[in-house]
Amino acid sequence: MPDEELPFAGSAHSLPWTGKEASPATPLPVTDVSSNPALRLSRISKRFGPLKANEAISFDLKRGEVIALLGENGAGKTTLMNILFGHYVADEGSVEAFGEPLPPGDPRAALDAGIGMVHQHFTLADNMTVQENIALGTQSLWRMRLDRAAAQRRIEQLSADFGLAVDPAATVSTLSVGERQRVEILKALYREARILILDEPTAVLTPAETDALFRTLKLLVAKGLSIIFISHKLHEVMAVSDRVLVLRSGYLVGERETGSTDRKELAALMVGQEVKPAEVSPVKLGAPLLALEGVSTAPYNGAGLDKVSLTLTAGEITGLAGVAGNGQAVLAGLIAGIRRPTSGSISIAGREVADWSPRAALAHGVARIPEDRHAIGSIGDMSVTENVIAERYRSPRFSRMGFLNWKAAGRFAEKLIADYDVKCPSPEARIRLLSGGNMQKLILGRALDPDPAVILASQPTRGLDVGAVAYVHRMLLEARDRGAAILLISEDLEEVLALSDRIIVMSKGRFSTPSSRGERTIRELGDLMAGHSGEHSDHAA
Amino acid sequence: MDALEILFTASFWVAAIRIASPLIFATMGELICERAGVLNLGIEGIMTAGAFAGWFTVYSGGDLWAGLLVAALVGAMFGLLHATLTVPLGLSQHVVGIGVTLLATSLTYFIYRLALPEVTSPPKIEPFQPLPIPGLSSIPVFGEALFTQTPLTYLAFVSVAAVAWILYRTPIGLAVRAAGENPSAVEAQGISVTGIRMGAVVIGSALMAVGGAFLTTSAFNSFFFQMINGRGWICIALVVFGSWRPGKALIGAILFAAFDAYQVRLQQISGGIVPYQIFLMMPYALSILALILVARRATYPKALMITYQKGER
Repeated sequence: MPDEELPFAGSAHSLPWTGKEASPATPLPVTDVSSNPALRLSRISKRFGPLKANEAISFDLKRGEVIALLGENGAGKTTLMNILFGHYVADEGSVEAFGEPLPPGDPRAALDAGIGMVHQHFTLADNMTVQENIALGTQSLWRMRLDRAAAQRRIEQLSADFGLAVDPAATVSTLSVGERQRVEILKALYREARILILDEPTAVLTPAETDALFRTLKLLVAKGLSIIFISHKLHEVMAVSDRVLVLRSGYLVGERETGSTDRKELAALMVGQEVKPAEVSPVKLGAPLLALEGVSTAPYNGAGLDKVSLTLTAGEITGLAGVAGNGQAVLAGLIAGIRRPTSGSISIAGREVADWSPRAALAHGVARIPEDRHAIGSIGDMSVTENVIAERYRSPRFSRMGFLNWKAAGRFAEKLIADYDVKCPSPEARIRLLSGGNMQKLILGRALDPDPAVILASQPTRGLDVGAVAYVHRMLLEARDRGAAILLISEDLEEVLALSDRIIVMSKGRFSTPSSRGERTIRELGDLMAGHSGEHSDHAA
Repeated sequence: MDALEILFTASFWVAAIRIASPLIFATMGELICERAGVLNLGIEGIMTAGAFAGWFTVYSGGDLWAGLLVAALVGAMFGLLHATLTVPLGLSQHVVGIGVTLLATSLTYFIYRLALPEVTSPPKIEPFQPLPIPGLSSIPVFGEALFTQTPLTYLAFVSVAAVAWILYRTPIGLAVRAAGENPSAVEAQGISVTGIRMGAVVIGSALMAVGGAFLTTSAFNSFFFQMINGRGWICIALVVFGSWRPGKALIGAILFAAFDAYQVRLQQISGGIVPYQIFLMMPYALSILALILVARRATYPKALMITYQKGER
């Protein structure tokens, strides 16, 4: 929104984003309204118990500007935006939208002020259609008839204007994640949002969907919207924003014009120190610890295993790359003891194990870092203490004659919280209240504490921020140097390349011939993942 | 008369529809509550209170329609109690529901005894009379069954149409359905989840009480203890049977009522060879069978029984 023509719009509040100018003492003339920033946050603070989620955060969002709110998991980004939208009430501070103060704790007022929010976890009713979800709350609740035709017309118009293709008559439960996100954006546009907040919008998207989202955002800005883009992914922040605000532990620690900064500087601001790639010491191979011999399984989440053989050796990280659905899920389940082979054998330290089960896997020293930390790795409504002893509550350390030793369990939880630098209010807190990175640290601690012989790490850094990723990598490498045999299953090729002493590519339930560190390039691995090479072998590894 | 012939008599279907009517009211009430995400196990007690309130109003000299209105208000009050405890305070819906049933039932019996300390046989009132619809009621079997009923039965069918219309055709219906599926969708669109859920429970409970009042002001003409006799629990099953859809739930209510009417007639023609308890059991056994067949595919409201508190993570 250009305001240069307005005679008195200029100098008094130039550079509003510096946050240094005093707000005008007298009310602005009506014609001057357009010089107000789209949003102004003044000294917002919010605490959850002893945890400082936000501490005196102030910034302005200019009109037509894209701000990236960058920070690690748990830095307070989502809390801040929930305050803005009225889901939470701030302990201190105030928000102004287009010069008008925004009443706290009232989502309706935020919507009326032109603030639209695309939540990280979509707020859609799955049993209703796209049209119903968008129309929800836009017509008076006391109308005796929902005006579907008007809603339909407007949705079609908006879809066309902004290139957000979605069928208004489709039931939400049938939509893909990308389509659901488009519905969320349409919901905001339908209400004539002028400020759009997107909370980790790319976390659930495929790369192609991410590109489409970025094109949409450009279009929205061109049409005069202001955007706050929350992310912990540096390349995305560099790609879409005009300005970056960095949050760390609830504090606003930095502010940069995107054009005059780089990924390295932002990463350092975000983590609080320079992020160095993990150092890899030379490999010291030990004895073979876990071996699969000609193992086949039933299909699950894609392909099943097709007569694969694999040996995990002490002191080595074996990286398994591959496109999702090519049998990695079954392999992970198999080693974790959850799935059983239909043929073939599993041996531990050279001895075949007949009754393979989760308990047998644990008893034989296999530590598991599951792919989905929410669904399988933890029980959300149970406490941190309960979760960390979940795999070992039967051991004499935590129970005696069928009674749990809560003191020992509590001490163990406190030790993990301290050793692994987990940010959590107390060991009694429900684990689902923890951010993804902190939850993963606990799961990592739970897995590594008994000094396991074999470590199964499935997508160990999925959804984590830079600092947490580096931490997980360091812990895995340390475990390797202590002599653990590690199987790393990851869709992130850079991760596989950085950590693995030996790389196997999985395609259609079979293994490629393994390659040692540095032998194959990322492109060659990509070709193998796409199944372009015939070098599959039955007894590959 | 043999067992199959019964199915083609008008009197059988007249009875079936009459037996279905209180179930229809109460099932619609429960359906509204559950669509908004609240399981209302207070239904049995609220029906008892409604039955008594309706009857007692008429017995004390009130009009039949006034009795119905009082029943609805009493139901709404118990609904408000249930909603206050379960929605903003987030208490267990099971515990509160059973508590409301026990409270409403006991309070009703207590007031009955206070008001009528001396009576041995329950006093009677002049109930709603059948109101045949001219023309339609002379259609054989079908017309007789549906259109020679009391005004309250017609109202029961109207309530199904109204609930269906409200849920699927009005803005507030959207909000109710969304509140039972994903409350944060409601909140994010600027509507109060608490308001929607409490409103649904209050209105739903009023309907349940009207269902109870049907028994004392239309089906029978007096109030006696234990008269609800598990009908509330049947309605909870009917909501599941109907996959939380008003039309399907209506069919379920009529089906159950038909089984019930049928077993009474089978008892009469069986000549006492089979113990009558076997027949009494029949509608319930068949309901369980129907539930097994139908409810396995039911898609239940995802946020049913999940409390929602604003600003909580």
